[in-house]
Amino acid sequence: MRNEFIKQLVKLAWKNDKIVLVVGDLGFGVVEPFANCFPDRFFNAGVAEQNMMGLAAGLASEGYHVFVYSIANFPIFRCAEQIRNDVCYHNLPVTIVSVGGGLAYGNLGYSHHAVQDFAFMRVMPNMTILAPGDPNETKLCLEFIADKPKPSYLRLGKAGEIVYNDSTVLKGDGYLENILVRSNSNIAVISTGAVLQPLKQMLMNIDLKDLDVFTCPIWGMSSKVNMLVSLKKYKKIITVEDHLADAGFGSWLMESLEPEDRQKIQIMALKHDVCGMVGSQAHLNAIGGINADKLLSLLRE
Amino acid sequence: MITSELASKMRCSAISMVHKASASHIGSVLSICDIVAVLYGSVMKIEPENPNFKQRDRFILSKGHACVAVYAALAHKGFFSLDALESYGANDSWLMNHISHKVPGVEFSTGALGHGLSFGVGKALAGKQQNSDWQTFVVLSDGEMDEGSNWEALMFASHHNLKNLTAIIDYNKLQSLDTVESTLSLEPLVEKLRSFGAYVIEVDGHNHVSLNKALSYTDNNKPLVVIAHTVKGKGVSFMENKVEWHYKSPNLKEASNALKEIMKANA
Repeated sequence: MRNEFIKQLVKLAWKNDKIVLVVGDLGFGVVEPFANCFPDRFFNAGVAEQNMMGLAAGLASEGYHVFVYSIANFPIFRCAEQIRNDVCYHNLPVTIVSVGGGLAYGNLGYSHHAVQDFAFMRVMPNMTILAPGDPNETKLCLEFIADKPKPSYLRLGKAGEIVYNDSTVLKGDGYLENILVRSNSNIAVISTGAVLQPLKQMLMNIDLKDLDVFTCPIWGMSSKVNMLVSLKKYKKIITVEDHLADAGFGSWLMESLEPEDRQKIQIMALKHDVCGMVGSQAHLNAIGGINADKLLSLLRE
Repeated sequence: MITSELASKMRCSAISMVHKASASHIGSVLSICDIVAVLYGSVMKIEPENPNFKQRDRFILSKGHACVAVYAALAHKGFFSLDALESYGANDSWLMNHISHKVPGVEFSTGALGHGLSFGVGKALAGKQQNSDWQTFVVLSDGEMDEGSNWEALMFASHHNLKNLTAIIDYNKLQSLDTVESTLSLEPLVEKLRSFGAYVIEVDGHNHVSLNKALSYTDNNKPLVVIAHTVKGKGVSFMENKVEWHYKSPNLKEASNALKEIMKANA
């Protein structure tokens, strides 16, 4: 995903000379193509996230679409007030890019576990969350935000993901992307972000025909209403995210539906217990509650 | 209108506004009236009828709690009507008690300290990218220099030789609860700023001739920091150098006495 991100950003920057990349001294082996092509539009803000986000807002206020690149929690919590006050309140075109969403940096410890980022971003007015599930969705999310730049948070996995969504354009903010849709299904499984990858692996081993699979790669505070109609027909809706269950995507969807539909939702997300544990992404996801057994039990309940 | 006259008018408006709204921060407002008057009255390129014209100088009030000084300056310079100042702090007013970008002529909302300089750095960087000849001015408080973000911003501004950035530190030596010295000492401030790569000028923050000269200085290749030595509550004797006027709002009698003193001094 990160390679697709930089490839597409370079492509977009050739067309739009207002695209600027600011990094927080991270991105070795990733950001070089942009830095080499556009040295005058590439800035390393150093290890100083508050200033990085504040100056990104200042640049954006002068007509630039600023991409701020870092990893895990660093472009989020250290500069949370700059995101809230400078970027979102002023409604400025800054796209915050974080590589390693969820537990992608599982072995690096709690500092690197981005499992509360949705909770922060989804309560910011004007903020749009872009959480692609595969490299193609990464490309399409970038095209979406480059077309109409605004405050946005692009949550990426790391590398080596498989393409499951082969669309050529995304439906938009708060709309579902079809990954596997049959007629007359009663159950919808909806994921957001790179957790699509393990989810697809889990689904391969589950013999259930009465099941539709979607992603929701673009969402946020302003797009809740779009969910009302699209999910009406389902008897059960399972949301999947590699984020704490608290204040994540499942909660957002629950708030998006009418009260009588909310009970249809089952959330597959990380339990608190995973906070502070160390291990590979697969290991932590499994013990945190994102695993095939959990999915099966939610489907059969 | 000469800048001293503008400053006097701003002070009178400020006393009336803060009294009417029962608002705080009059000491901080009076502290920067001369700085803001010299900027809006003499130094900065502005067009009140066209607040967003491209070649304007950019002004950012990082100490957003002193917004009354800027609102008053903008109204006296004709960005909007003087009558509008009456609504300061009222329900649904666009003149809120920390500076708001919804006000014509205001670039950036602040209120949380430590945001304005980084934002100004971004603007100055944009100006440098575009080879523009406008300047970005950022007014900060002394207590605000406790914020690490300001020092991050200074490092970046120096590293990128942002000579189109001028930071003005309102050094009145008082912060919210006590003196700066006893809260978290800034000294040696000049040396600290120079070691961060800034070109530093110290000035009497109430002397309009000195302010004009310092704020118009262009011979530097580095970001300019003007340390303006000021008096909190300047112009109203019973407010000067009193920490309580950071929060206290003048009652009718105090406001009336303050107005008399300001008008007498400028008669």
